[in-house]
Amino acid sequence: MTTDTAPSQSVYPVTRDEGASSEAILAVIVDNEPGVLARVVGLISARGYNIESLTVAETDVEKHTSRITIVTTGTPAKIEQIKAQLGRLVPVRRVIDVSREADALERELALIKVINSGDHRLESMRLADIFRARALDTTHASFVFEITGARDKINAFIELMKPLGLKEVSRTGVLSIRRGAESD
Amino acid sequence: MPTAISTSPLSRPAEAQDIRPRVAKAGAELLLDALEEQGVDLIFGYPGGAVLPIYDALFKRDSIRHVMVRHEQGAVHAAEGYARSTGKVGVVLVTSGPGATNAVTGLADALLDSIPLVCITGQVARPLIGTDAFQECDTVGITRSCTKYNYLVPTAHKLSTIVHEAFHIARNGRPGPVVIDIPKDVQFEQGLYTARADAQKRNCIVTPPVNQAQIEQTVEMMRHARRPVLYTGGGVINAGRRASEALRMLARETGFPVTSTLMGLGAFPASDPQWLGMLGMHGSLEANGAMHDCDLMIAIGARFDDRITGRLDAFSPNSRKVHIDIDPSSINKNVRVDIGIVGNAGEVMEAIVAEWRRRRRPEPHDGARLDSWRAQIAKWRNRKSFSFENCDRQIKPQFAIERLFALTRDRNVYVTTEVGQHQMWAAQHFHFDEPNRWMTSGGLGTMGYGLPAAIGVQAAHRDALVIDIAGDASVQMTMQEMSTAVQHDLPVKIFILNNAYLGMVRQWQELLHGGRYSHSYSDSLPDFVKLAEAYGCVGLRARTPAELDAKIIEMIEVKKPVLFDCVVTREENVFPMIPSGAAHNEMLFGGHHVSGDEISEEGRALV
Ligand SMILES: Cc1ncc(C[n+]2csc(CCOP(=O)(O)OP(=O)(O)O)c2C)c(N)n1
Repeated sequence: MTTDTAPSQSVYPVTRDEGASSEAILAVIVDNEPGVLARVVGLISARGYNIESLTVAETDVEKHTSRITIVTTGTPAKIEQIKAQLGRLVPVRRVIDVSREADALERELALIKVINSGDHRLESMRLADIFRARALDTTHASFVFEITGARDKINAFIELMKPLGLKEVSRTGVLSIRRGAESD
Repeated sequence: MPTAISTSPLSRPAEAQDIRPRVAKAGAELLLDALEEQGVDLIFGYPGGAVLPIYDALFKRDSIRHVMVRHEQGAVHAAEGYARSTGKVGVVLVTSGPGATNAVTGLADALLDSIPLVCITGQVARPLIGTDAFQECDTVGITRSCTKYNYLVPTAHKLSTIVHEAFHIARNGRPGPVVIDIPKDVQFEQGLYTARADAQKRNCIVTPPVNQAQIEQTVEMMRHARRPVLYTGGGVINAGRRASEALRMLARETGFPVTSTLMGLGAFPASDPQWLGMLGMHGSLEANGAMHDCDLMIAIGARFDDRITGRLDAFSPNSRKVHIDIDPSSINKNVRVDIGIVGNAGEVMEAIVAEWRRRRRPEPHDGARLDSWRAQIAKWRNRKSFSFENCDRQIKPQFAIERLFALTRDRNVYVTTEVGQHQMWAAQHFHFDEPNRWMTSGGLGTMGYGLPAAIGVQAAHRDALVIDIAGDASVQMTMQEMSTAVQHDLPVKIFILNNAYLGMVRQWQELLHGGRYSHSYSDSLPDFVKLAEAYGCVGLRARTPAELDAKIIEMIEVKKPVLFDCVVTREENVFPMIPSGAAHNEMLFGGHHVSGDEISEEGRALV
């Protein structure tokens, strides 16, 4: 047999993971039945996929369907594999690669607690204003801000709050929907 | 690739022609009605508290036979043997708690090998669920990752529709096991029957129609290939008789050589000159050589498992690859391919043959195109990579299989195996010309599979000769099923290649761990002949090559279950071997002097 392959250092090497890792948002439309979330989550953990956020709620009471939005990272091949594996689950009706759709809207809501005083307090109020964050709760020593937006915006706000007394963050995970008249 | 994978909506065919009056019945009766409507005539099971109402209903019906096993794992393997040898769905019935947990190994086995099963488990009554009741376990939770799908039946009313959907899911798309967990009070509860035609049918994957553009591209590549190979797997067997026919036609029309995985043996006749033998870790030189050096690989119902590919970055480096599979997630999972065709193996191959024939006339294909490839294959073949050095004092395990094959050739024979060296020797030296004749645990590699699987095969084919080619260690994992064979008058032949070792483990220790045989010697083996007699079977033993043939013939002729203790040389290794982590062109052959460090540092970390 020919021996024209270069010796490789690794045993099960990179061929399956060509390309750079990137983020993907997957919307998974599922039958709303007992255990469906466990199936989706179990698949992701059993196969060792990354999962950054996951949100779920019933979205169509009549059709008994829920929408699960998953933010994951991986090479394009890995993302294809995740989609195919999710598509194999019996209660999964559709898997939509939202990040591939040019007309997708993405939103997340976060609650952010900062504890500060003096200049920091003023600066955090000023930034909140710029980011259109709302103070849900105010004491002499603290704020709880509510902010909605794409993840980048929320991440940026959190970064800015860090030196200003950021204490606690609670986030919903990503939601997504198409623009325009078309629907999933 | 489509970005959305859709599922079929609830399908309710109009001609629901069930004439049964819609009278309320107990859940247990509804279950049996549904099984009957699905054509079930045989169940493998084991009773217990949580399924007593079902067993009571079964008592009154003659239409469904029941084989009582001795351990629930055995019931599932028996159902696998039944399914694999008949192409039908195998059915299992076990109780809650330990009944269900004992079945788990079998379910995982069926999932990895894509065997269609429906496994009914009892569950504690609904009000007791979640209270740690006696023999309660979270069956749906435990089996979620080792089934294709599972259900906890909420009401008797839903029971029959769930059973019909379970069969639909088990047999369609990529087949697999489905669990139906039925609380005991649901078995008593009155409910109405839903006919098969009216039942809801979901499936995650709708097999798409054959994509003609892909077929044309494939045939275009095939017409220009100079070193093609057809790499087939268990999917061809699962796709039914028609797929095996299509494969034969495809090979005949194109002249392409054919290899197969362990799971696909028999789909293509081993007696055909185009047959290369099994490929993979213990495959033939010609099969692995063809895979490595080919310029076009057509994978059909095979999944590029690590036992097949070896080192991935050195796997068939110069080929274009076409992958035909019913499961979209198999395509591009381990190996990137040029064309991925999602579909039924038989239908896709038929379409390829049709296109091949259509194109052939205007541009006659050059018959000589494959000549140098054939010459290369002949060279590899001449190396006789499965050959072994025989011995006239002791029985070589390979020789025992050769004789077993020669002496059973003209019979209606089915073979199952356990897991280990004997399994590989069986795959190398026992040859199959027909599909559904070879049952082995490929994906999970479950020791203890073969004996109960043989029982399942024999229960489906009463007059056939069913042989479990076994190892002395594996067979002890489910040995108690001998009792099942006796009780149900199933004359299976257990042919043990007795090397007194966990042979495959010993081989790896020899090759990977400097010959330190840590806990791989089976001290205190039972006397298998006496054991057979204790079970009420026939025990036979052969120690020398001279007595082997007569003993095998005796085994075949006895009309009872037989335990055959074939005492073989102890330290034989399975060759050829591609060590884990090595490439297809780095094979070890028989007669090779092993030094204990044959396998690279990295390879050692792999199984
Ligand atoms: C349930 C289970 N446990 C452990 C293993 C690991 N294993 C693979 S082969 C083997 C040895 C099998 O010995 P035997 O049945 O005597 O067959 P031989 O290899 O000697 O032919 C073992 C322990 C397995 N495959 N399955």
